[in-house]
Amino acid sequence: MIRLTHVDKSYPNGAPALKDVSFRVRKGEFVFLTGHSGAGKSTIMRLLFAEQRPTHGEVRVSGYDVGTLKPRDVPRLRRRLGVVFQDFRLLEDRTASENIAFALEVTGARPDTIGARVIRVLAQVGLTAKARAYPREMSGGEQQRIAIARALVNDPAILLADEPTGNLDERATRGVFQLLRDINAAGTVVVMATHDLDLVRQAPYRTIEVREGAIVYDSATDDPASAGAAAEAE
Amino acid sequence: MRLLTREAVLAFRRAPLLSALSVTTIAFSLFTLGLFGLVALNLREALRGIEERVEIVAFVLHGTPAETVTLATQDIAAFPEVQRVNYVSEDEALERARRELVEFRDAYRDLQVNPLPASIEVRLREGHRDAGSVERVAERLRGFDFVEDVRFGREWVQKLDHLRNITGVVGGAIGLAFAAVAMVIIGVTIRITLLQRAREIAVMRLVGATKWFIRGPFLLEGALKGLFGGALSLLLCYGGYLLFRDSSEGTLAGLVFFTPAHMLLIVVFGVLLGLGASVLSVGRQLRNV
Ligand SMILES: Nc1ncnc2c1ncn2[C@@H]1O[C@H](COP(=O)(O)OP(=O)(O)OP(=O)(O)O)[C@@H](O)[C@H]1O
Ligand SMILES: [Mg+2]
Repeated sequence: MIRLTHVDKSYPNGAPALKDVSFRVRKGEFVFLTGHSGAGKSTIMRLLFAEQRPTHGEVRVSGYDVGTLKPRDVPRLRRRLGVVFQDFRLLEDRTASENIAFALEVTGARPDTIGARVIRVLAQVGLTAKARAYPREMSGGEQQRIAIARALVNDPAILLADEPTGNLDERATRGVFQLLRDINAAGTVVVMATHDLDLVRQAPYRTIEVREGAIVYDSATDDPASAGAAAEAE
Repeated sequence: MRLLTREAVLAFRRAPLLSALSVTTIAFSLFTLGLFGLVALNLREALRGIEERVEIVAFVLHGTPAETVTLATQDIAAFPEVQRVNYVSEDEALERARRELVEFRDAYRDLQVNPLPASIEVRLREGHRDAGSVERVAERLRGFDFVEDVRFGREWVQKLDHLRNITGVVGGAIGLAFAAVAMVIIGVTIRITLLQRAREIAVMRLVGATKWFIRGPFLLEGALKGLFGGALSLLLCYGGYLLFRDSSEGTLAGLVFFTPAHMLLIVVFGVLLGLGASVLSVGRQLRNV
């Protein structure tokens, strides 16, 4: 589903953000990306949804080669992904269900199918009651669930979540995390970048730790002892 | 397609003030352009009236036989520039003078000898009434040996020519300048709309909307503003036209307004302005979409 091979990434005006990053994510996996602020987690995410291109190396996502992707293929790739962020990115002047419907409308979904699909994902994230609420009328946790619903409505193969709980309190964090686990259990690959080591320890998922643009630990290949070492270094 | 239209219309509803501003600026730019067009149009009408009277008069030597002159007039009538040739005999000239110059009627009545020469009056076809053609025809008339003198008010013709050229050049320049101003204003308003909707565009890109799906509503919005602006400017022009015509108390009763083809042209021009400005503005702003 995802394969990075010897990926380097430098931003136009900055020091290298990623150095020789390689990893692979298979069907059905849930992967944590952890690391300090500025380690390069978001940069990896941006490569995965083709907002950035690798400087060197190969990034393959769902059959597309991000490095050589033609501009008109970028939307095609993104329709197979769902992406959520720390700041939700909902449109303030639309209700929850309008925000979700928006993702379908602008990708050319058949208008007569939209209503039913919106209702389905609203139920999936447990917010049917908030369908007509505006973002400002919802809690942070609820807003993030709506953002997740929007990401899910196109039935993506992969869900990318860049610090989805970064703005949430503990309870809301648990709720959102459980939702992501459910989504993964239903078959969607989930890649979640997070600072929250408690969350990481709670779940038996694969963890990849990034430090200064390089992968220093991957629980799929390294022995668990170095995971402790990496965690202590935080 | 329905969504495209809805988003474009929504843009008007979301930013009614801004939209009204851009429609008004387009309308005013096109209004100014239109007013100039009306002036040019009416000037051209007026010039055509004056030009019709541009006449070359060749005075015939006293004593030339009428047949010679008649033959010559047939020759002259065959010149490609010539519309009409009219021979005025000496007697006819006197007749005319008596009729037209009432003040001198007595003087002419008492004349024993007719002092007026016969003449050939030549009118040129439309499109040949410029100074060059007039000079050319006059030169050929001088070539007949029975022609004593040729008059055509050279300066007058040249001035007319000049005036028409100047109106053309000035009109073109002002037109271009205003078109540029309108483009800049539309471009700026579209850029403001783009900034207002930056979040929306970001979400569209994120969920995989195609380039034209994102740009479409903005382009349609620009074109619609151009359409409304164009239509509004026509109304303003018509208002200005009526005001001018009716306040002149009849002296300008002959003023003409645009033909339907002109009006269509103005509206199409407005649409193109709006569309062009949005293409430029959106292209620059969303280069990486
Ligand atoms: N658009 C950009 N232009 C230039 N440099 C950037 C850009 N985005 C990130 N960087 C740099 O790349 C490095 C990695 O940043 P990145 O955002 O991937 O870190 P992160 O692990 O997501 O951090 P955080 O936990 O704070 O979100 C940092 O040194 C950062 O300054
Ligand atoms: Mg980050």
